Amino acid sequence: MDVKRQGGDRLYKFFIYVMLILLAVTILVPVAWVFMASIKENSEFYGNPWALPRGLYWQNFVEAWNAANMGSYMLNSVLVTALALVLLLLIALPASYCLSRFKFKGRKFLNTCFMAGLFINVNYIVVPIFLMLRDGDVWLKKVFGGGFLLNNLVMLAVVYAATALPFTIYLLSGYFQTLAHDYEEAAYIDGAGYRTTMWRIIFPMAKPSIITVILFNFLSFWNEYIISMTLMSSAKGPKTLPVGLLNLMQAQQSAAQYGIMYAGLVLVMLPTLILYICVQNQLTQGMTMGGLKG
Amino acid sequence: MKRSKGRSAFLVSCIAPAVILFFIFMILPTLNVFRMSLFEKGAYAPTETFVGLKNFRTLLADANFIRSMQNTILLIVVVTIITFAFALVFAAILTREKIRGQNFFRIVFYIPNILSVVVISGIFSAVYKPENGMLNSIIGLFRDMSDPILWKGEKLVMVSLIIAMVWQAIGYYMVMYMASMSSVPQSLYESASLDGAGRIAQFFQITIPLVWTNIRTTLTFFILSTINMAFLFVKAMTSGGPNHTSEVTLSYMYSQKDAGLYGYSMAIGVIIFLFSFALSALVNRVTEREPLEF
Repeated sequence: MDVKRQGGDRLYKFFIYVMLILLAVTILVPVAWVFMASIKENSEFYGNPWALPRGLYWQNFVEAWNAANMGSYMLNSVLVTALALVLLLLIALPASYCLSRFKFKGRKFLNTCFMAGLFINVNYIVVPIFLMLRDGDVWLKKVFGGGFLLNNLVMLAVVYAATALPFTIYLLSGYFQTLAHDYEEAAYIDGAGYRTTMWRIIFPMAKPSIITVILFNFLSFWNEYIISMTLMSSAKGPKTLPVGLLNLMQAQQSAAQYGIMYAGLVLVMLPTLILYICVQNQLTQGMTMGGLKG
Repeated sequence: MKRSKGRSAFLVSCIAPAVILFFIFMILPTLNVFRMSLFEKGAYAPTETFVGLKNFRTLLADANFIRSMQNTILLIVVVTIITFAFALVFAAILTREKIRGQNFFRIVFYIPNILSVVVISGIFSAVYKPENGMLNSIIGLFRDMSDPILWKGEKLVMVSLIIAMVWQAIGYYMVMYMASMSSVPQSLYESASLDGAGRIAQFFQITIPLVWTNIRTTLTFFILSTINMAFLFVKAMTSGGPNHTSEVTLSYMYSQKDAGLYGYSMAIGVIIFLFSFALSALVNRVTEREPLEF
């Protein structure tokens, strides 16, 4: 009886390992394949897809970086992501601090509004945002002779920051609420003003939450492509990395320059993968913050 | 008195920027979606004419729109069921059993979630390539491949989308459930074991009921995000084709905007808003249970 049960246990364990390894393989193999394909020569793409690359053909990366403009797209993406993150933190941190720790008239209303904002998906409203900025440009052109709202990296960063506000405020407020009020009391008694207390006492304590906010928003800004594609649709204007990659992928279908396309793919995902390997613990644990835990 | 004056100045300076940005880039566009749906507004005519509900009447007779709704619902139902079934089972296994390399599996399963949808669609274009893609070359080992399987052809395009979306989402939800399942006390399982409850019974009678609140919240968010993710995947992988067979509601809205039919496009936007609210209310209602304490 006991022996039989143990045998069943073993089989069950074996089955579990097979399933887990199978899932891990289906995730890792396609990603690894792209890395392998990025150093293959174009002629190698017509044979067996599982063949190892014949040599390290780095020329793909050089061409993707220069000829396909991925270098300048990369710079654009870095700029937009960094600017959006800075803006977001500068705006969301004080707001969530006040909204979660001060009692004032209208606070409940504002909190409800930001909560409702969690349900507004950016992609539902991308068309009106585009039209609003386009009409703004038309008006600016009439008055000042030139518009700057569309095809502008700074404007894109502003839109990213604005649309990330509800989630960020929700997450940060959740943290600030857990703090004891003694911290502020002590600071006020020592003669610190509201501003000093906020910047010097409260924000440094919120560092783990701030890091979580940065991580999640970095990933969403870096990977975003719908807003970027819509607001920067001009052929000559600046583009971010995912949009550049999308264009490259569509062009590749006719020109069949596979190597460059896979090099471009690697360029887009490498920064996120490196970041992930460095902070994977923070990322997978940060997910349960902000009250989603049941 | 003086202190309270400084207080409100401080509060305003902290909250105003967030409120202004939130209003301009989220509230206003949302209101605009509803307003513009009642107008006829084209790309090249500067004027807009009030047409009442005409856009909606056209929508109901638009076969492509109806197909896009059907596809959206199909994706929501199938992707949600598959993802949740897999994520819950794998999470239960990884938290309950002593698995070697548990951390490794957790890290690997989360990888798809950090990649841009553009990157994922690039990866899957290599998987689905008809002539010598990864999938067809594996299937080719078992059967004759003289007429390759067209994964992005009219018949299979939805299946291909489902596979890619599940691939992307599974890890995120698994990691989330692992966090909440690990807080279920071990003693419950031990006493259930003594009473002769097997693993499957434990899963359905202990694990699932105890993390139900978490499942409920995530289910609502998952369904809302699936509406959005379906758009991101369709736009990058198939652009709605071939022949509109993989169009989803948001991608159809976007294509009408590209066609310059802004009023019509926003009528679709209104439907999406109402649909997603109704759906989350419905899910909330259906999944309501007495919360269990442990």
